[in-house]
Amino acid sequence: MKRIAVVALNTFREAVRDRVLYNLVFFALVMMAASILAGQISIGIEQTVIVTLGLSAISVIGLLISVFIGVGLVSKEMDKRTLYALLAKPVRRWEFLLGKFGGLVLTLAVNTAAMGMGLFLALLYAKQTLERGDATVFVAVYFIWLKLALVVALALLFSCFTTPLLAILFTAGLYVVGLYVQELRDLPKGVMSPGMAAFTKWLSYLLPNFENFNVMALAAHGRQVPGAFIVQNTLYAVVYCTLVLTTAVAVFSKRNLK
Amino acid sequence: MRQALSKNENMTELAIDTENLTKEYPYGFLHLKKKASLEGLNMQVETGEVFGFIGPNGAGKSTTIKLLLRLIFPTAGSARILGKPIGDIDMHRDIGYLPEQPYFYDYLTAEELLDYLARFHDLTAADRKARIQRMLKKVGLETAKKIQLRKYSKGMLQRVGLAQAILHDPKVVILDEPMSGLDPVGRREVRDIILELKRDGKTVLFSTHILSDAEMLCDRVGVIVGGKLRGVGAPEQIVDMKSQGMEILFELPGQSTTPLLSKATRTGDRYRLQVPEEEIYGAIDQLRAAGARILSVVEMKATLEEYFMNLVEADRAQAAAVEVSGK
Repeated sequence: MKRIAVVALNTFREAVRDRVLYNLVFFALVMMAASILAGQISIGIEQTVIVTLGLSAISVIGLLISVFIGVGLVSKEMDKRTLYALLAKPVRRWEFLLGKFGGLVLTLAVNTAAMGMGLFLALLYAKQTLERGDATVFVAVYFIWLKLALVVALALLFSCFTTPLLAILFTAGLYVVGLYVQELRDLPKGVMSPGMAAFTKWLSYLLPNFENFNVMALAAHGRQVPGAFIVQNTLYAVVYCTLVLTTAVAVFSKRNLK
Repeated sequence: MRQALSKNENMTELAIDTENLTKEYPYGFLHLKKKASLEGLNMQVETGEVFGFIGPNGAGKSTTIKLLLRLIFPTAGSARILGKPIGDIDMHRDIGYLPEQPYFYDYLTAEELLDYLARFHDLTAADRKARIQRMLKKVGLETAKKIQLRKYSKGMLQRVGLAQAILHDPKVVILDEPMSGLDPVGRREVRDIILELKRDGKTVLFSTHILSDAEMLCDRVGVIVGGKLRGVGAPEQIVDMKSQGMEILFELPGQSTTPLLSKATRTGDRYRLQVPEEEIYGAIDQLRAAGARILSVVEMKATLEEYFMNLVEADRAQAAAVEVSGK
């Protein structure tokens, strides 16, 4: 555990010292400021505009960080051979992998929290009052973070066995597909052959369901998210990440470095 | 073969022991063809010795080292370090490793990098701090310790790499091309560090293609060519120790001349003459009679370099023959 934490903290330090990250977060905060302006010209639906734009900015910036830095977590270390000296130390490959994952997820936690706070302040500035339902913004930000953790796990898995470019494409592709899992489940089974119906059913459970993490509409209208849904999404993210990371560890543990 | 390659049987505990270590890489469209990068390596390095692993580029030196560190996995065979199988993570507590052309995290300073890597060993914070300062001083980076590694030269990275390899006081130190990228001063310092490690009873395995370094530092060398170990032993043992003649270095004043000049090689004002051992006195007499000033007379022996080159050439000739015969 200590060794995982050492790798995670160094990954966090790397991210903190990466200027690209600051540029992205700055961009997200500018987007939120812009959302206030957009809200002011949207009479009666300020909250909807600010929250929707703000959460979208957090999600998009987070996704960019997760995919691009996530894929680079391991592939950059292999490419630049910084990994060699590290793996000669008493650290197991799975500890390294989990450390890298933990480090980026920690970075994303700090980033999304900072951006979420920016959004909340923008909302407060626009509304001047607070209602109980406004706290849903934080739940939405938490769900975005869970979604990003899942994306990082996938990026890490793909980068363990393919080139960075393909890993980016696979991760982004799976994310897009994961937004339409519910549609896959809703396909009319009656017109399908039994084999096809079973295949789409299993595929819909196998693919990561990213749409589940989207509570933007609830947050935009100040409606509360049920506690059970929060628990369900948390468990889903934990279980799915565990499965993906276990596969990544299995692949990476057998990988010959260059 | 294995017995032949072992130095002797009354040796102490083995620091590194490989048995039939083989690494093949698949290639071709469907990865159906295989090319051996290392073939059945049987090599033993004794505790406390400095062992030089020499061979041309692509001979299999780095492959062997990476196999020992489990950076890559063998196709066949096994290896033990300090009696433990290389898959045992505990073994890594007692080894230090300098990768070839090391590269470290750009965003860290030398001090931070050493601190990061030292944290994987069971050292207290105070001990870690003290060791880091000592190591930075030892490798000559004390004044550059707060500079990010992105600004380091190749030689400076090599020094940091060496520092991280020996920071935790390992029993076995594996250095992949430690002299590469260093200026003469740096090479001298690395040589001194290797000798210091030996004095401290550490085992050092280092790969190099700089043969003079191997001759100067190693108790034994292993010569690897084309993925095969071609010879192991003390540098003076594995090359032919028989004298190959004598070399006379002399100066000849003014218009003086002698028939021997036709056999000599001229460099500036000096001449170099190689003669068989039995003719040495006759040659000296002739040169003196011609008024030559004799500067030195040395015995010529085959060097490790010649031995090495012969092996490389034989290997290339064999490869060419195989290609011609289509086998």
